[in-house]
Formats: sequence, structure tokens, C-alpha cells
Amino acid sequence: MSTYAKKQGFGATLWDFMTTVDHKKIAILYLISGGLFFILGGLEAVFIRIQLAIPDNNFMSAGIFNEMITMHGTTMIFLAAMPILLGIMNAVMPLQIGARDVAFPFLNSLGFWLFFFGGVVLNLSWFLGGAPDAGWTSYASLAIHSEGHGVDFYVLGLQISGFGTLIAGINFLVTIINMRTPGMTYMRMPMFTWTTFVVSALILFAFPPLTVGLFLLLFDRMFGANFFDVAAGGNTIIWEHLFWIFGHPEVYILILPAFGIFSEIFSTFSRKRLFGYSSMVFATVLIGFLGFMVWAHHMFTVGLGPIANAIFAIATMAIAVPTGIKIFNWIFTMWGGSVTFTVPMLYAVSFIPSFTMGGVTGIMLGAAPADYQYHDSYFVVAHFHYVIVGGVVLGILAGVTYYWPKMFGTMLNETLGKFTFWLFLIGFHLTFFVQHFLGLMGMPRRVFTYLPGQGWETSNLISSIGAIFMSVGIIILLINIVITSVKNVRVGNDPWGDGRTLEWAIPSPPPFYNFKQLPLVRGLDAYWIEKMEGKKEMTPAEPLDDIHMPNGSIIPICITIGLFIAAFGALYNMDNKTWSVPVIIIGLLITFGSMLVRSLKDDHGFHIHKEELMDDKDKEVKA
Amino acid sequence: MTNQQSNSANPNLNLAFRRKQNAEEMKHQVITFAMMIFFTVIAFVMVAMDSISSWFTIPVILLLAAIQVIFQLYYFMHMKHKGHETIALFIYSGLTVGLITVLVFLTIVWL
Ligand code: HEM
Ligand SMILES: [Cu+2]
Repeated sequence: MSTYAKKQGFGATLWDFMTTVDHKKIAILYLISGGLFFILGGLEAVFIRIQLAIPDNNFMSAGIFNEMITMHGTTMIFLAAMPILLGIMNAVMPLQIGARDVAFPFLNSLGFWLFFFGGVVLNLSWFLGGAPDAGWTSYASLAIHSEGHGVDFYVLGLQISGFGTLIAGINFLVTIINMRTPGMTYMRMPMFTWTTFVVSALILFAFPPLTVGLFLLLFDRMFGANFFDVAAGGNTIIWEHLFWIFGHPEVYILILPAFGIFSEIFSTFSRKRLFGYSSMVFATVLIGFLGFMVWAHHMFTVGLGPIANAIFAIATMAIAVPTGIKIFNWIFTMWGGSVTFTVPMLYAVSFIPSFTMGGVTGIMLGAAPADYQYHDSYFVVAHFHYVIVGGVVLGILAGVTYYWPKMFGTMLNETLGKFTFWLFLIGFHLTFFVQHFLGLMGMPRRVFTYLPGQGWETSNLISSIGAIFMSVGIIILLINIVITSVKNVRVGNDPWGDGRTLEWAIPSPPPFYNFKQLPLVRGLDAYWIEKMEGKKEMTPAEPLDDIHMPNGSIIPICITIGLFIAAFGALYNMDNKTWSVPVIIIGLLITFGSMLVRSLKDDHGFHIHKEELMDDKDKEVKA
Repeated sequence: MTNQQSNSANPNLNLAFRRKQNAEEMKHQVITFAMMIFFTVIAFVMVAMDSISSWFTIPVILLLAAIQVIFQLYYFMHMKHKGHETIALFIYSGLTVGLITVLVFLTIVWL
């Protein structure tokens, strides 16, 4: 039953991962596929920077350039950053609250496969007549008139992967509300679990507007509706609102998990309790709420009128307050602590100034009258890369390094990790710092080339060189991963030595049932408390007993493949192909058929018997 | 016995008290049910009467609808009982987000 001990063939491992409902394996799936999409998006970024390195360049045509920037943004946000974060949440959050799995393991797997096939749909556009080219925001006036099928791939791909994300969010919410181990009150939850909780709520409320917007766009493009067509009485601004009602919470969906990861890292490597824990929780929740009241700051120049602009400008600036609270709490956590500069801690420390700079330009952009100058210039590009790369990506790199031992049982090489860190950090600032000034000098965003003699050459060249630094950093990370996996030096429960939360109290990687006995939590930083009292393990909260586990299932993939097929039917429907409607029907039949099978066939899971668990323990004692 | 199960999370409450509570609960449900029917009748009558302007009818009907939703949630779906705080939090957060959206659309998009 336990799949860790046995040595398996490739086919068996593949099948295992295709049918798994174990949150730790789904986390690995998220990490691998998110990582692949991250590399793809990174390549697109490098191509963009090559094109812009010198004036009047003709490395690629204007049309291809538009496809590049659209796919870069869409891939990075929806297929790289979010899935990798969902992966880390999947790997860590159930362990942190002392649960044996998420609330709905089957849905967890379904969520992953929906995201994955959504991403595949989106990227197949490269081979099937051209990628979407209306920007990651896909403003309706551009999107409706975009030729070919690019935007249709965008709509259908995001629709499918969006369902996956929504499912994951709901799953995490239920897990955190219902499955905390005895003693784990809300105010004893580790910070990363808190951010996962708030982020899941944001997903729950933010994704429906996107779904609605995408459906309207789908009907406009594929079935001749006119929701956004001004000439036919529609209103193109509605798309912008729907997109940003989703879009601004989305940026917080990205940054909050990174905040959580950094909070864990700061307190672990300062060997101190997180400073101002309750104010951190409060700030996280407040950011979540305010995140829904500021979306129009992306639309200041649309002409909403001075009153609307003023209201949204003030709400926008209000967000800086809880964010500032967090920044100060992190600094105070390090203050007086015994700080060790491991690779995750290096990321965490450098995150503070990098992210703060992004926050400051955010406030500048949030001043509505000033935004008339900055809007749609490289200044905005610099801003969001400072928050996304300086916040989210640094958070991902830190989190992957920090939790790598827990997920895979091996420790990434620290020296190579430091190379990656320095190259990435320097490259990041080289690339994006100069873009502030490019923007102020008037360089608009989303232009495929520029003329010489406007004073933009040097900065653009520096920017492109920075991209090379970042790429080399990532390549070293990949080499590091390969070396570490080949060497395969196993580590113990608490490889960083200073783990504070429940996940560090169990083996790395944990057994598939996580906790033999659910642990009793006696305060914040539960494992640290036990360690301080000289104990090596958590006190169990229940006697050793049978454990109920869910069975694996191939049905999630079947459901997803049905939607995948239907998407292609819908896509070619507007070409009046005779096969399109049957393909839609076949696809939906597969999807709903699989759902029917799932509902009708009883699947009660299985039990791990007490005796087996005891055997396990005996072996541990001998070894 | 099955009819006497308490809606309270506490099993230690004594039976007499539980009985009394159930009777109380029943009374509330009957009252709210009667009021809900009454509200529905009002709504129909207002629409049927041509003499009342629709500028008055529509807000009143919406108000009555809102009250009915509250009755439904609190008295029939037990939201007034303990242990529903998280549910309430999420319902109200969702409502806030939704209503802000509607408000913005009403003020700067549609009108
Ligand atoms: C202090 C907090 C922040 C403030 C005040 C702020 C403010 C703004 C404003 C006003 C704009 C619109 C600029 C324009 O188009 O003219 C903007 C754009 C953007 N911001 Fe932020 N922001 C903040 C934090 C963040 C964070 C944390 C993220 C992501 C993790 C983020 C991601 C973005 C993105 C992606 C865009 C560009 C969207 C596009 O047009 O493609 N921002 N920000
Ligand atoms: Cu925003």
C-alpha cells in the first residue's frame, strides 16, 4: 500500500501520479508543471528582451511580439506563479494544521488536471494558427477584433484552468475550517496557513467575475453575441471592470502566499516567534478585503469621472497601511534574533527592499492624476515586476528551497543556491530598475520596437542584460535540482534544525497518511514549544487507531479530457466546420459521463490497520 | 425519541429545557412562515393594483424579498444558532463584494 518503500517502474509511477489523490503528490505535480510553464514563460520573456535590446530590431515581427507578451503574461500569472504557489500550499498547509489530507482529495486532483489541461489548451495555440495577441488583460475592443483563433484559445484555456483554481480554493477553505488537529485554533495557525486561508477566500470571490467575463467574451467571439461590441449597443468597458474585479484580487492571490512563506522563513531563521502575529493575521485579512475595493485604479484613464477616481485612489492607498504593518513586523522579527543566512533567508531579506520599492511605485500609480502620466508606460511595467518578481517570484524561489527537503527528502545545495540567489537578484534589479526611468522618459509599454535617438538605448540594453543574469540563475537552480536528486542524500524530520511548525515534526517526505496519530497543539509554533520542553515529538491527541484513506482515481483526468475535447469543438465552431458540434457533444458526454460514474459508483476508500502502523513504528525503532 | 433531538450542540441540556426550546423554535418558525406568506401576498397585491406607482412598488418588493431571505437563512436554515459564524462571515463577505460591484456598475457604467 505504501508506495514510498517500493521501487517502481516508470509506467507504474506515471499511473500512480495520474490517479493520485494524495495532497503531497498533487503538490509535486503542481510544482513540476508550474515549473515547466515558468520556464516557457521565461523563454518568452527572453525573446521579448532580445527584441527590445536595441532600437529598430527585427528579431521578430510586430504580430509575433504581441503574441509573445500576451503569452508571457498569461503563462506567468495563471500557469506558473499561481500553480507553483498552489503546489506549495498543497504540500505544506495540511501538514501545518495537522491533517491527513485536504477535505476533498478527489477534487484536489480534479483541480490540478483542469489547470494543467487548461494550460495545454492555451499553449497549443502556438501550433494551431497563432497565440492570443490581445495582452494578458485581453481588453474586449482588441480581443473581439483579433484575427484567427488566438483569443479563443485564451478564453477556453483560462476558463478550464480557472475552474481548477476555483476548486482548489474551495478545497483549501473547507480543509482549514474543518480539519485542524485538536488544539489548533485559528489564532494558533501558522502564518502560511493563514495566508492560504485568505487567498482561498479571494479565489472564491475573485474567479467568478473572470468566469463571467470570459463567458461573455466567448459568446461575443464564437456565437455572435454583442456584449462588448459598442457598435451593436454593447459596452466594452464592462470587460475591463469584470477583468479587474478579478485582476486586482488576483495580484493579492499571488503575493499573500509569498508573504506567508516569508513569515515562516523569517521566524525560523531568526529563531524567534513571528513579531506581532495577531497584527499579521489582521493585516492579511484586511488586505484581502481592501483588495476587492480598488480595482478601478487600473482604469483611471478610462474616464470614470473625478469622483470615482478619487474614491478608488483613496482605497488604493489604504492598502499600503496593512502592507506596511507586515513589512515592519518582518523587520522586528529579525531584530534581536539569532539570524542565519541560509538561502531561503537571503531571499527573504532581499525581498523586503525589493517589494517595498514596488509598493512605493504602486502608491505613485494609485495617485489618480499622476497616473495619467505613468499609465501604459514602462513605469507600470517596472512597478508590477517589482511586486511580482521582487515579491512573488522571490517568494516562490525561497519557498521551493525551504520546503524542498519536506517535499522530496533531500536538501538543495546551499552554495549553488547562493549563486542562483545573487544572479537572480542582481539580474532582477538590472532588468527592472531602469524601466522606471524608461517609463518616465515616455517609452510606452507593449511596443515591439522603438526608434534610436530618444535616449532609450542604454537602459533597454541594460534591461536585456539583466534578463540574461536571471536566466543563468534559473539554469543553475535546475542543475542544482538535478545534482541533488541524483546524489539523493536523505534528510531527517527537521533538516533546517529550527523548524517551528507541525510539518517539521514528521519525516521528510511524510508517510502517505502524514500523522500516525493526530498531534496535540498547545500554542503557536507547536513543534517549537515541544522542542523547548526537551521533547523530540509532538504529544499525540488520540490513541493509535485505524486510519481511513481515500482511493486513487483516474476519473479526474477523464472529466478534464472531456472538457479539453469540447474546447476544440467550440473553438472551431465559428469556422462553420461540420464536425465542431459533434465534437462538443462527445467531449461533454465524456465529462458528464465520468461525473455520473463517480456519483453512482460507491468508493469508500480503505483503512490502514492499527497493526500495520505498529509494525512501522517497530522498524523505526530498530533503524 | 427521534423527535426530541435538540438543535443545540450541547447534549447535556436537560430534556425539559430542550422541549421548551423546541416549542419556542416551532413558534418562531410558524410566525416567520406566516409573515413570509403575508409578504408574498402584499407583493402580489401591490403589483395587481394599478393605482400604486412602480417607483414605490419595486423598492418595497425588493425590501420584502430581502426580509424573506433573512427569515429563511436565520429561522429555517438555523443561522441564528451557534456554530454558524464562519458561514455568516463568508455570506456577508460575498454579499459585500457583490454589492460593491453592483453599486459601481449602477453608478459609473450603466447609468
Ligand atoms: C501597495 C500596493 C499596490 C498599489 C498601491 C498598486 C497600484 C497599482 C496601480 C495604480 C496600477 C495601475 C497602473 C496603470 O496601469 O497605470 C497597478 C498595476 C499593476 N499592479 Fe499594482 N499595486 C500594488 C501592489 C501590487 C502587487 C502586490 C501586485 C502583484 C503581486 C501588483 C501587480 C500589478 C500588476 C500586474 C499591474 C499591471 C496590470 C496591467 O496593466 O497589466 N501590484 N498597480
Ligand atoms: Cu491593482
